[in-house]
Amino acid sequence: MDPAVHLRGAVCLLGRFPALAGADLDVDPGEVVLLRGPNGAGKTTLLRALAGLLPVTRGEAVVLGHDLVRDRKAVRPHVGYLGHSPGLYDDLTVRDNLRFWARAGRHELGDALDRAGVDARLHGVQVARLSAGQRRRVALAALLVRRPRLWLLDEPHAALDAPGRDLVDGLVRDAAAGGATVLVASHELDRARSLADRAVVVAGGTVEPEAANVA
Amino acid sequence: MWRDAALVAGRDLRLELRSRVGMNQVAPFAVLVLVLFAFALDTEGGVLQRTAPGLFWVAVLLSALLAIQRSAGLDAPDGVRDALRLSGLDPAGVFLGKVAAVAVQLAALEVLLGVGVVVLYDVELGGLWTLLATAVTATVGLAAAGTLYGVLAAGLRVRETLLPLLLLPVVAPVLIAATRASEAALEGVALDVAPADWLRLLVVFAVIYVAFGVAAYGPLLEEA
Repeated sequence: MDPAVHLRGAVCLLGRFPALAGADLDVDPGEVVLLRGPNGAGKTTLLRALAGLLPVTRGEAVVLGHDLVRDRKAVRPHVGYLGHSPGLYDDLTVRDNLRFWARAGRHELGDALDRAGVDARLHGVQVARLSAGQRRRVALAALLVRRPRLWLLDEPHAALDAPGRDLVDGLVRDAAAGGATVLVASHELDRARSLADRAVVVAGGTVEPEAANVA
Repeated sequence: MWRDAALVAGRDLRLELRSRVGMNQVAPFAVLVLVLFAFALDTEGGVLQRTAPGLFWVAVLLSALLAIQRSAGLDAPDGVRDALRLSGLDPAGVFLGKVAAVAVQLAALEVLLGVGVVVLYDVELGGLWTLLATAVTATVGLAAAGTLYGVLAAGLRVRETLLPLLLLPVVAPVLIAATRASEAALEGVALDVAPADWLRLLVVFAVIYVAFGVAAYGPLLEEA
């Protein structure tokens, strides 16, 4: 079985700075992997590179069978990326935001808002009026609409209350059970460890296996 | 591409309707510019009437800067830009949609400013077809060049101040050609050689920037 993510000596430059400096990583389909490491270690860069948002300039980088070095755009339709910023238009309502992103990717809106725990009373409310946690849930709903094969989650528990954090964990488990691969960058190690099959350490732009598996 | 263009145009116009930035800020600014011109120039001796076409297009240009800044700013936040890249939307469609949305807003501004020029500067409208052709071609050119330079400046921290510096010299031919064609129309000159040449320049400008934008918007969006 081909890995969902395969990196060998992957280099990703931010300007002249090698934010990924020869990263090695293999992740199997359906696996949930925790990325841990200090601030500035390269976790976000790694996730953005895997999403095809940043160019991998050297080394091998194959995600879901797509060679990122040759064509990083090809993988994008299959990826769901939850970054630090929610990726929503403040002046549009929750429903209009989701409709736009669903139509843009030729997806169905379906029950994504309900699955992300967005209260029905908020569907017609402008995103600008939502709390940070509510925005996070809407961003999660936008990710669910894409039905991605690879989930790339950057601090997915940030700004969420306890039920919201449980909901994220449940969605990740469901996604993995359905065959999706999940990479989670998190500083909430206890929670993320309970979610992940294993953890890797990102430091100085490289990826190393953690001393022991966490499953 | 056309489907994506319609989707993006609808989104941008909906965002404008919801935020009311165009109605509450850009339109009053445009009218204010016209009023300030009237204060600054001698109202006796027909100075305002003679210079009305130039003043009109300068007011359009200054107001267009605000509309273009706003349009470029909609997709500027990090998360939105990433979502746009991941969305699967055709970049050429995104460009055309944004151009269409800006053009609709500029057209509304031009109607408002046209009424303002007639009322405040006491200008009698003539050569309506030439005026209409001038407005359409100049608007498309301004919207296309503005959208292109908007995404060019989008990734820069100083984009608010840089965009006017980049854009104003580029759209100077539009200002000159639109002013000359409008002058000819208002003076009742038929659409013969002189205004037709200026209109041709406007058409060429619009075609070049639309074509260049369709080709270049994708790479520029990646770099932004």
